[in-house]
Amino acid sequence: MGSPLRIVNGRVYDPANGVNGVVRDVCVRDGKIVDDVPPDAKRIDATGLVVMPGGVDIHCHIAGPKVNLARKVQPETHRDDVQLRTRVTRSGTGGTVPSTFATGYRYATLGYTTAMEAAVPPLGARHTLEEFHDTPVIDKGFFVLVGNNLLLYRLLQEGRLEEFRHALAWWLTVTKAYAPKLVNPGGDEMWKGQRNANITALDDKIGAFDLTPRRVIAAFIEAANALGLPHPVHIHCNNLGHTGNVETTLETMRLAEGRRAHMAHIQFHSYGAVAGKSRSNPTSRARDIAEYVNTHPNISADVGAVMFGHSTSMTADAPLAYMLYRIAGGKWVNADTENESGCGIVPFTYQDQVYTNALQWAIGLELFLLSEDPWRMVFSTDHPNGGSFMTYPRLIRLLMDSEFRKQQMAQVNQKALDHTSLRDLQGREYSLYEIAIITRAGPARLLGLTAKGHLGVGADADITLYEEDDDKEKMFAAPRYVIKDGELIVEDHEFRDDHGGRVLHVAPAYDAKIEQVIEPFFEDYYTIRFANYAVDDRYLSHHQVIPTAAPAAAATPAGAARP
Amino acid sequence: MSDNLKVVENATCTFCGCVCDDMNLTVDVDEHRITKAENACILGKAWFREHGIEQRPFALIDGHEATTEAGVEEAAQILARARFPMIYGLSDTTCEAQRVAVGLADMLGGTIDTTTSVCHGPSGIAFQGVGESTASLGELKNRADMIVFWGGNPAEAHPRLFSRYAVTPKGMYIPNGRKDRTIVLVDVRRTASTPAADIFVQVKPRSDFEVLWALRALVKGRKVDPSIERRTGVSLAVLEDLVARMKRCNYGAFLFGMGLTMNRGRHFNSAALLALATDLNQFTHWVAKPVRGHGNVTGADNVVSWQTGFPFGVNFSRGYPRFNPGEFTTVDVLARGDADAALIIASDPASNFPKPAIEHLKRIPVIVLDPKATLTSRLARVAFTTATYGINVTGTVYRMDDVALTLRPAFPSPYPSDEQVLTAIRDRVRVLLGGNRLPAGAAPIAPAVAAAS
Repeated sequence: MGSPLRIVNGRVYDPANGVNGVVRDVCVRDGKIVDDVPPDAKRIDATGLVVMPGGVDIHCHIAGPKVNLARKVQPETHRDDVQLRTRVTRSGTGGTVPSTFATGYRYATLGYTTAMEAAVPPLGARHTLEEFHDTPVIDKGFFVLVGNNLLLYRLLQEGRLEEFRHALAWWLTVTKAYAPKLVNPGGDEMWKGQRNANITALDDKIGAFDLTPRRVIAAFIEAANALGLPHPVHIHCNNLGHTGNVETTLETMRLAEGRRAHMAHIQFHSYGAVAGKSRSNPTSRARDIAEYVNTHPNISADVGAVMFGHSTSMTADAPLAYMLYRIAGGKWVNADTENESGCGIVPFTYQDQVYTNALQWAIGLELFLLSEDPWRMVFSTDHPNGGSFMTYPRLIRLLMDSEFRKQQMAQVNQKALDHTSLRDLQGREYSLYEIAIITRAGPARLLGLTAKGHLGVGADADITLYEEDDDKEKMFAAPRYVIKDGELIVEDHEFRDDHGGRVLHVAPAYDAKIEQVIEPFFEDYYTIRFANYAVDDRYLSHHQVIPTAAPAAAATPAGAARP
Repeated sequence: MSDNLKVVENATCTFCGCVCDDMNLTVDVDEHRITKAENACILGKAWFREHGIEQRPFALIDGHEATTEAGVEEAAQILARARFPMIYGLSDTTCEAQRVAVGLADMLGGTIDTTTSVCHGPSGIAFQGVGESTASLGELKNRADMIVFWGGNPAEAHPRLFSRYAVTPKGMYIPNGRKDRTIVLVDVRRTASTPAADIFVQVKPRSDFEVLWALRALVKGRKVDPSIERRTGVSLAVLEDLVARMKRCNYGAFLFGMGLTMNRGRHFNSAALLALATDLNQFTHWVAKPVRGHGNVTGADNVVSWQTGFPFGVNFSRGYPRFNPGEFTTVDVLARGDADAALIIASDPASNFPKPAIEHLKRIPVIVLDPKATLTSRLARVAFTTATYGINVTGTVYRMDDVALTLRPAFPSPYPSDEQVLTAIRDRVRVLLGGNRLPAGAAPIAPAVAAAS
C-alpha cells in the first residue's frame, strides 16, 4: 500500500469533517489519507465524480457457522447468479447468501469497504475467522453472542456482577470479537429446554434460571459500558417480528437509563396491534420508535429495512425462525450451540401484495424519514434478513427520490400503507450528505472506528468514487473506482487487484482469575476442552485491535464505571 | 524406548468425526512416536500408535526418488497441461490445506470433490432439499433425554460417541447420565452397539424409508396400515410406541449413519429422517445429525461450501462453481473417463473405488499427497510424502457437529504438510498459467455488479 495517489477535482462528501459536496483533492499515501503528496504521484481525475469514504455496514450476516448452513441449504440460488473468476480474483456464487469471495468482491463493487458480521456464537468464532480469511477486500469483525450464555447467566443469577464483567471481557478477548451481541435474551433456554417455547415479555422467567430478560439486558448494558468498548452492547430485542412488540422495544431502550446501547434492525421491532384485538395484523409504530431514538442520544439503531424479493432469514433467534418456517413452509434449519446459542434459517420471500411484508417495507422507510439524527439511525437491511446487501442501491434511491418512492408505494398492499405514516412523509428526501452519514460516517462513529467513515488526514484510505447520476440506484450500484487501504481495487468498474482486508476486534482487559471460574464449567458442560477454546492469533492474519476507552475498567469495582 | 519423553495435553484425535480433543499423548521425542494416548478409544490408540515417522522418499516421480521441489514442478506441469483435472480426497487433512486445494481447482478450471461424495453425500443433498434441525454435541450431553441411532454401529466405529457425547455422559439437565436417557437403535441387524440400547428396532434391509415415512405419518396423526409390518419387519405397535416416546421427551436427537445414506433410497432416506426430526418440533425439541467418518470431512464440506456455495462435487470449467452430483463427483468423472489428470489428497480411492474408476486412474497422470504408501500412491506419477495432520502439523479441523478445533501436533515431521505442498503447486501453476485460467470465450474481466433486483 505504498504508492502515493491524488484524487483530483472530485465532489467530496465527508460528513465527519463537515465537508458537503465541496470540489477538492484527496491525497493518499501508505494506505492513509494525507495532507499532500508529491507532484509526481499517480492521479485519478475525479471530475464529475462523487467522492465518499468507503461504506461501513454495521449489521450484516456474511460469515460463520449459520451463514455457511444458509449457503449450503440454497444451491438453487447459486445456480443463476454466479461470480466469474478473473485473472486476479476468485470465482464464487451469489444469491442472498453469496460465497465468501463473492461476498467480499460484491461489497467492494458497491463501494463498501467494512462490514460487521452480527451474530456468532463463541464456539463458532474460529469458523468465522476462517471465512473472514477467504472474504476479500473488506475489513470485517463480528459480534459475539452472549445473551443466552449459561455461565454468564449463572454468574448473574448469583449476583456475581464483577465476575460477570470479567467473564464478558474474557469472552470478547478470546474469541477475537468486536462487540457483545444479545439476541432474544432468554429465548434459547426456552426453545431448547422448554419444548420450543419462547420468551414473550421482559419479565418472563428464563427456564430454570432465576432470571428475566430485563435483568439480563440491564446487566449487559452496564457491563459493556463499564468495559469502555468501542461499540456498546448490540441488542436484538425479544419478540422480534411479533405484532405489538413495540412495547418490548421501548421498554428495552428504557433499560439503558442514559447509557449507550445499540438497537439492531429496529424495523423488525416497531410493530403495534389494532386496539382492542388480541390477535391482529401488525400496525406501524415507527413514530413512537423514531421519537424515542430522536430524543435519547444514548440510543442508536440500524433500521433493518425490508426489500421485496428473495431474502434469507438467518438468526440466533431460533423460535422466530421456526415461526417463519411455519408461515413460509419449505426448508428450515435449526442449529443449537451448547451453553451459548440457538440458530434458525429460513429462505423467505417478501411480497409487495402481502399485508405484513408491505407494512414491514413501509416501516423501514418511515424510520429513515422520521429520523432527526442520521448519525444514530443508520442504514441496514440486516442482510440477508430484510434483503440482500445488493439491494442497498435501490434502498438509497427510495430515500433520495420521493417520486420513485411514490411509484413504488403505488404498487404495494394499500391496506398496509393505511396503517403507516409513509404517505405523509412525501416531502422528505435524503441528500447525498445524509446518505454519506447513514452508510459511512454514522456506522463508523457508532462502531468507534475512528479511522473509518471519513476522509480526514490519518483516516484509512478506503474511498469510493461514484458517477453522479439522477438515478441514484444506478449511481450507487457501480462506483467507478474503489480504493482500499490506498490500493486501487476497482478501476473503471473492473477489478484491478485482489486484497485481503483486516479483521477488526477488541481485547478488553480482564482479571486472569476469571478463568478459574470458567474452566470448571467447561469440564462439566462443554464437549471441548477449556484449553482448546480460545482462538489464537494465527486465525487473524491482518488484523487490528480497536482499543477500549477504559483499559483499566476491568480492575475497577463492579458498577463503579457508569459514565 | 528412549528416556526423552514429553506429554502433549489436550491434543486432538483426528481418526473419526468425533474429533475428541482430550488426548494426553506421551511422546518419545527421540524415537518420533507416540507411546501412550490417554483417553483415546481403541481406534484412536491405533491411530496414534501407527503414525511414527517412516523412512520414505520425500517424493516419487514415476517410482523414482525425488525431492519435494522436483515433485512440485512435475505436479504443476501436469496440472497446468490438463484440460479436466480432478482434485479429490481432503477429508483427512487440515482446512488450511483444503482452502488451497479449492483455490487450485478454481485457478485451473478443474473439478473438486471430497470423500463426502462416497459417504454422507446423500445427507448433503437431503440437507439442500429440506434443511435440518441440528445441534452441537454438547447439547446432546446436556439436554438429550432420547437418542435414536439409525443405520450405524458407533460402538465399533465411533466408540466415544457413546461415552463422551451422547449416551452415558452426565450433563446440565441430564444429571444421571445414562439413566436419564432413552436410547433407541434402528438397524438391519444386531451389532456391538445393540446392547447399549433400551429399544432395538430391527428393520428389514432396504426398508428404512418406509419406516421413516410411517413414523412421519403417525407423528402427524395419520393412520398407518398394520401391513407396514409385512413390508418393514416393524409392527405398527412398535412404531406407535416410538412416536409416543418421541413426542413425550424433552429433547430428542437422531444420529444416523451410512446404513441409512448408502442404502436403497439414499438421499430420500436422509431427507425422510431430517423431515421427521423437523416434524417432531411441533411437539417438542428434536435435532438430527449425520455421524461423520473421517476426521475432517466436516471441514471439507464447510470449506468447499464457503468458497463455492456447494458442499462437494464442484466443477469450475466455465469460470464459476457448478454443482452436480453424478456428473462432477469423482467416481462418476473417473468411470466415464473424463478426467485427464488427478490430484488425490489424503485419500486412497484405488483401495475402495469401483473398478472402472480405478482403471481410469491407471490411465492418467495421478498426483498423490499422503503420509503413507497407499494403493493410489503406487499408481501415481507423482507421490508426495507429507506430514500427518494432528500428529506432526497443526491446523484446523471440524468435528462432525461443525465445531472447529485447532490441532496440537505431538512431534515434528521431516516431511512438509499438505498445505505446504499444495501451496507450492498452486504458486507454480499460477506462474505457468499467468494467473487464473480463464474459460475459453470469456471476457477478459467480468466482475459481477448487477443481479440485485
